[in-house]
Amino acid sequence: MADRKTLQAVMISGHTNPSPGFAMQRDLEVCKLVDTTTCIGCKACEVACVEWNDLPFTPTTFDNTYQTMPETGYHFWNLIKFNEHQNPDGTIQWLMRKDQCMHCADPGCLHACPADGAIVKYANGIVDFNQENCIGCGFCVSGCPFNIPRFNPSTKRVYKCTLCSDRVGEGLEPACIKACPTGCLKFGTKDDMKFIAEERAKQLRDNFGWQNAGVYDPQSVGGTHVIYVLHDATDPERYGNLPKDPQIPWSYTWWKWLFKPVLGTFALFGLLGVLAHHVTHGPRVPQPEPPKKDDNIGGAY
Amino acid sequence: MSSRAIEHFDDKARETFEHAGRTTVYGGELLRHPVYTRILHWTVALFFFLALFSGFGIYLPWLFRWFTPIFGGGQLSRIMHPYFGVAFVFFFALQALNWIQPMLWAPGDTRWLRNIKTIASGEEKMDPPDTGFFNAGQKAMFWEIVAGCIVYLITGIILWAGAKTFGRISVAISYVLHDISALIMLGGIFIHIYLSTIGEPGTFHSMIRGAVSEAWAWTFHPAWYKQVTGRDPVQACEEARRQMNAGSKS
Ligand code: HEM
Repeated sequence: MADRKTLQAVMISGHTNPSPGFAMQRDLEVCKLVDTTTCIGCKACEVACVEWNDLPFTPTTFDNTYQTMPETGYHFWNLIKFNEHQNPDGTIQWLMRKDQCMHCADPGCLHACPADGAIVKYANGIVDFNQENCIGCGFCVSGCPFNIPRFNPSTKRVYKCTLCSDRVGEGLEPACIKACPTGCLKFGTKDDMKFIAEERAKQLRDNFGWQNAGVYDPQSVGGTHVIYVLHDATDPERYGNLPKDPQIPWSYTWWKWLFKPVLGTFALFGLLGVLAHHVTHGPRVPQPEPPKKDDNIGGAY
Repeated sequence: MSSRAIEHFDDKARETFEHAGRTTVYGGELLRHPVYTRILHWTVALFFFLALFSGFGIYLPWLFRWFTPIFGGGQLSRIMHPYFGVAFVFFFALQALNWIQPMLWAPGDTRWLRNIKTIASGEEKMDPPDTGFFNAGQKAMFWEIVAGCIVYLITGIILWAGAKTFGRISVAISYVLHDISALIMLGGIFIHIYLSTIGEPGTFHSMIRGAVSEAWAWTFHPAWYKQVTGRDPVQACEEARRQMNAGSKS
């Protein structure tokens, strides 16, 4: 994992050909593991993210919780969401979830993006935005089931968590991981993280009485490269709108990759059609025309 | 707005714009489109193409990214496109008011459409005698554009404001409808440009100088010819043919 090969692009937005060099090599997929049961809400990861990515200050909003602001921003890619959940027995659960890009295996933002090369998915699973190719159309915002891409009105481009692709490409862990004091954030290969997460969920079920404890790795988007351990995996919505069954609208899959080019070509065939009509049938001219010749002399070829 | 108010508004506009230009009708010609109509038509066409070309860069940048430098790059195309679109819809709305009267569907139009094969193949040299100021094909395109503008406007506003305002599903649906509407309209415009230039020679003048030859009028819009000249189109054509034949013999 500790080499640049992991930053080999395997999917490119708005790009119909296979990515250059695709499948030339086998690489490990990386994964960030967030154990919500051991997060203490210290927000060290928020600070580390802003620091490493050199993001300017974003004004915070106080809404009677510990949450820094209502949702992530174009200069704030990592946000701990604080939620108070009332259990059926009347007790209160204080839930903290690190909200950021999930780096889906099947990324809705990338499917929605029309701009060639503005969004890429690397062989290691990281989904990254290349702002120099972004046209600011905002389709990725509606393609994302996790409400992550953020449009910056002054640069007219969209931003989100990069999973520190610049660090990972050099064999380092993401900045948020490095900052976490409790070890609730872990980073490694997808297989390893999945294993640790399942072990932890089992521990929660067997030893702590969380019968519904489980791992959040939604298969409706092919799995994600950020996975959560939840106290109650049957109801992820309570962790600040984590969708139970994230979906990519069909208009970004079928329409974009099949009907859009096909129908676009049909429209261009319309142009060829009228020209063909002109060549085979000729114009309709105002009457009367000059008298016709008896036979078409000279048309042997 | 009552139909009388629309008529009043259009009459006022036509009168006002008559001072902005000139329409010369020579002998053997008929007035087809006044200055107001022509200015509107070309303003509509201008904004249509600006919206179309800036839209291409958003539709399939993979294929059409070479359009975007015209507008100063991808982001600027994306910013300008909605303004072009709104201008297009606005000026077409004026044109729709201007043309709503002659565009109303008439009983002969359905017959014309059923007959379209013989007309398009050129088998029938002249349009059916009940073809008025606009034929059914032109009316169909007009109403397609009206419907298309409504779709553009609703879906366009949703796409403009984005998923933050209207939710991601409405954006995903709007974008497909917006594209389909554009593709249908584009196909119609190809046919339109073809017929109004090289497909039916003489038509282009109606939107440039505002006048058409009488032969053009009795061939393509016989009922309109009869209405403005009081003469029978078929007889007028036959007379012209006799004169032509006599001329070629001498
Ligand atoms: C280079 C492009 C274009 C050319 C050469 C052109 C030419 C013409 C001409 C000559 C007419 C008069 C037809 C007649 O008097 O019977 C006309 C009518 C009309 N034009 Fe265009 N036009 C163009 C683009 C457009 C565009 C982009 C639109 C709208 C999106 C448009 C909408 C219409 C409509 C609705 C009519 C009346 C119905 C019809 O004649 O089909 N035109 N055009």
